[in-house]
Amino acid sequence: MAGMVIIGAGECGGRAALALRDLGFEGPVTLVGDEPHLPYERPPLSKEAMTAEAPAIKAIASDELFAERSIRHIHSVRAVSIDRAAHQVRLSDGTSLAYDRLLIATGSVPRKLPMAGLGGRCVYLRTFNDALAIRAHLSAGNRVAIIGGGFIGLELAASARKLGAAATVIEAQPRILMRGVPAEIAEIIHKEHEAQGVNILAGQGITGIADDGAEVRITLADGKEIAADLAVIGIGAVPVTALAGEAGLAIDNGIAVDEHLRTADPDIFAAGDCCSFPLVVYGGRRVRLEAWRNAQEQGALAARNMLGADEAHAAVPWFWSDQYGLTLQIAGLSDEGRSTVRRDLDDGAFILFHLAQDGRLVAASGIGPGNAVARDIRLAEMLIAKRASPAPEALGSQTVKLKSLLAA
Amino acid sequence: MSDWVEACAADDIDEEDVMRFDHAGRTFAIYRSPDDEYFATDGLCTHEKVHLADGLVMDDIIECPKHNGRFNYKTGAARGAPVCVNLKTYPVKVDAGKVLIQIG
Repeated sequence: MAGMVIIGAGECGGRAALALRDLGFEGPVTLVGDEPHLPYERPPLSKEAMTAEAPAIKAIASDELFAERSIRHIHSVRAVSIDRAAHQVRLSDGTSLAYDRLLIATGSVPRKLPMAGLGGRCVYLRTFNDALAIRAHLSAGNRVAIIGGGFIGLELAASARKLGAAATVIEAQPRILMRGVPAEIAEIIHKEHEAQGVNILAGQGITGIADDGAEVRITLADGKEIAADLAVIGIGAVPVTALAGEAGLAIDNGIAVDEHLRTADPDIFAAGDCCSFPLVVYGGRRVRLEAWRNAQEQGALAARNMLGADEAHAAVPWFWSDQYGLTLQIAGLSDEGRSTVRRDLDDGAFILFHLAQDGRLVAASGIGPGNAVARDIRLAEMLIAKRASPAPEALGSQTVKLKSLLAA
Repeated sequence: MSDWVEACAADDIDEEDVMRFDHAGRTFAIYRSPDDEYFATDGLCTHEKVHLADGLVMDDIIECPKHNGRFNYKTGAARGAPVCVNLKTYPVKVDAGKVLIQIG
């Protein structure tokens, strides 16, 4: 038996390997990753990895656990090609691995800024090693320019301020967090950053970058120039699909899989950031998600289906972001909504419920200090999964418990 | 050690809910199950030290508010990624409408 091969040793691949063992699979399980580390959690990279005194990877399992569960982890090696007919994967070290079932969990990489002038002081954040390189520049007195007002950029800005570095966030769109975050919530985050001393320049295109190795100078559309010791580019991520594409598998904003995470090849699955899949809860709308929990859930689901479960991915998308003392959580895709209902909670926290034309709850976006919105967002997620159409008055009233709507 | 400490009144907690209780520099979570029994565990998730009392109780499960790690609050058993370390539990008794926990 050749067993199971997983390409990509991130959250998704690592979880899939562990899940195969949890499910009782006893054949060989091989996890291949191009980083030198154990599979680790990426969310801390923009936060604790920047601000902790001694940064360390947060491994999802130890070497000992992988050994105990007979999971072979091959690190610092890339998969270079898949021979589907022979059921073999060729690796960058010249060796090959045979598989019965293959999971591609290659994740995504930062979208490159298509401009001339980028040098060694213009960097991206994806890996722990990237984080260490950025961290070295975030001390008090330094200036960091962040290109892109998305989650990575804003979380980095918050970390920079915590460490005493000056931070400027440059966003080409009219406001920060244009993608997937309602304006009402983005405004709270914007204000908090300004209160913490971050200079946010929204609606500002970049016309030029000069990096002489000692300093980066960014020219904005209005002619203004921003000088910084480091520029971090956070303008989104692109799925890593070359391996699948070259093997003749369909690519459609990611490796195209069905709701079982299977490609057109019945022995090859894809999961996590690298794949696009039909979201059952929205009638099969094809999406690609770049989220920690999705990577985790799809890794586990792929493992079940590799063993023959034939289970559809029915989860509701969910993610969070921590900036200063604020936590944002969103369940569902808010762009499915046509109207919103606001529910105010204690301590200034609030939740926006997004309803479809027919009254169905399709998403919920919340923000507040600490974990103020967590419980209600979790309940909203369950309501969305149930395709419930709760009365707007009930959603809007803090005295009506969301749990009671779930039972209805 | 049989150090029983009064945590709260029995009706401070709704059925199928949880409450935070801090005592002597430590933090605990006190639960009331759907069938009206009381339980207690350490207050912080074993994944990233988040207060579990902000999480959701469903049947005999507490779910961490941050990353959805799940524990059976009756036994402390970790019930799914990302948590893999069990939660410590403490004996609980209800006496004259008060919830007491035995802190070892």
